[in-house]
Amino acid sequence: MKIVACVKRVPTTEVQPTIAADGKSVDANGLQYMLSFYDEIAVEQAVQVKEKLGGGEVTVLTVGPKDSSKELRECLAKGADKGVILIDENWTSRDCLSTAKALAAQVTAEGAELVLAGRVATDRDNAAVGPMLATLLGWACVTDVIELSIEAGKGVAKRESDAGVEEYEFALPAVITCQKGLAEPRYAGLKGIMAAKKKPLEEIAIDPAANQASVVSLAEPPARPAGRIIGEGTDAVAALIDALRNEAKVI
Amino acid sequence: MAEYRHLDYMLLDEKFSEEELMVRDAVRTWTSERFIPLIMDHFEAGTFPTELTPELAELGVFGPTIPEEYGGAGLNSVSYGLICQELERGDSGLRSFVSVQGSLVMYPIYAFGSEEQKREWLPQLASGKAIGCFGLTEPDAGSNPGGMLTNAKRDGGDWILNGRKMWITNGTISDVAIVWAQTEDGIRGFCIPTNLPGFSAPEQKHKWSLRASITSELVLEDVRVPDSMRMPETTSLRNPLMCLTQARYGIAWGAIGAANSVFDEVLGYTKERIVFDKPLAGYQIPQAKLAEMATQITMGQMLALQLGRLKDEGKMTPAMVNMAKRNNVHVALNIARTGRDMLGANGISLEYQTGRHMCNLESVYTYEGTHDIHTLAIGNELTGIPAFR
Repeated sequence: MKIVACVKRVPTTEVQPTIAADGKSVDANGLQYMLSFYDEIAVEQAVQVKEKLGGGEVTVLTVGPKDSSKELRECLAKGADKGVILIDENWTSRDCLSTAKALAAQVTAEGAELVLAGRVATDRDNAAVGPMLATLLGWACVTDVIELSIEAGKGVAKRESDAGVEEYEFALPAVITCQKGLAEPRYAGLKGIMAAKKKPLEEIAIDPAANQASVVSLAEPPARPAGRIIGEGTDAVAALIDALRNEAKVI
Repeated sequence: MAEYRHLDYMLLDEKFSEEELMVRDAVRTWTSERFIPLIMDHFEAGTFPTELTPELAELGVFGPTIPEEYGGAGLNSVSYGLICQELERGDSGLRSFVSVQGSLVMYPIYAFGSEEQKREWLPQLASGKAIGCFGLTEPDAGSNPGGMLTNAKRDGGDWILNGRKMWITNGTISDVAIVWAQTEDGIRGFCIPTNLPGFSAPEQKHKWSLRASITSELVLEDVRVPDSMRMPETTSLRNPLMCLTQARYGIAWGAIGAANSVFDEVLGYTKERIVFDKPLAGYQIPQAKLAEMATQITMGQMLALQLGRLKDEGKMTPAMVNMAKRNNVHVALNIARTGRDMLGANGISLEYQTGRHMCNLESVYTYEGTHDIHTLAIGNELTGIPAFR
């Protein structure tokens, strides 16, 4: 079975991001990148599905700059077989639909039967690309999956929602978005890193569709107001209850 | 605990290949997630977290530069240096564990052992199924290893080994020991299993440094070994010294990891700690100390990197390693001492990394060639006049 894991590189939390001079993007200066948290789960799950089926191929696919090779090599070191970068140097401003269209074309070209993606990218927090990709492909889609089993032609997925745990059966091909708990990403071993050097990493030039939604301005969140000490010791209890009930209205 | 951020003042990350950075980051992540949470308790208890040995093997840090056919990963020397740097960022005891296994056990078997010895031991050592130790130092032979008393005497086709080794990392938990001994023809190395009759390895307790590392004596009382356990390519004291050059190379990198751990902790602390209404880091004396630390770390990084590139090009000499080990451990120790001071009373708590690094680095300053012996080695290189004796 051909499996595609769709991933995105996101800034690490080491550097406090600042707004660029254009007022609508993040200043890339000094930013370091890593794979988005949920995408790591998608890659791990893809490799586990392949291992469980006893064969197949896992392709890691991203829309991004050439520099994404570092993050993709890490996926190859963790058991994926092939990496594909759809080169888009304007990746940071690319909208969800345009991204999903580029991915859909490549997923089709790969002849994949199963796509795994993180439930959300931790930078933009849209949680939209996975479902859009499924829609464009006309495939089944289960989001926020916490348990997955795949066999020939079909699968079973569990997802957690406010209503409880839902269990779905679906026919392949399908797009699954991965929630925390689905799989525990493995460490890249040094032998895996060496093996990754010999695995194919393709760069494909694309002509992305125009954005339908664009960021026009970006602002820092408002500064948090200073805290307030409402009393000390047991005397504070009554004042605290009053504040929680009548000001914060949380009890 | 705050996420670790290493100092890269001179943008040296640009000088590493993508693969080297992946190796570094893999070991860094493992150390942060799996080792750091355990180290305080192990250090306090005086134990090494042997439960992590399978994970270290899985990660691939045992003998990573050994070719893949013997179970290694075939990495370059810069990658090996980065591994040491990241492990010692965790604890010098962890780096020591890995240094001994790779540089002092797997390396001599690979370089001086018979094909049979390589096939028997290297895959087991790489996979952590066997642990090794290196017996050179003796109670009365440290900086002068040629003065060793341990000896091997021929008895038919066998050898009879007698003697005592001291300050041997991993000794008590080892499955295999590299033992250096005097023979009629000079110093030879033996690769022996530790379950032979007459061999024992009592642990040396009551250390206040490298507490999370096992240190042992090796006692050899009429240990009979077949000639097949002699490493055939060993011919003199030069052989164990070649092993030490490998290990010291790793230490030159490792010390920078420890120093960076201290710097990261102290920088974070002084920026957050408020004294007289402003952060400690806002005062001139702490800033002077931070500036000095950062400068020394940066110079140490550049030294280690150049040394690693030369090693990969086959141009590294032992005298270069003398300089890098001497300098980097020296500056790391000074940084740890200064850092301990800057953390105030917190500096003596094991809740912080710095005090532990400070205690550990006192050992690192002395082992694998003392600071002063390295000084004389550099002096010898410069003048051509040995001043050791």
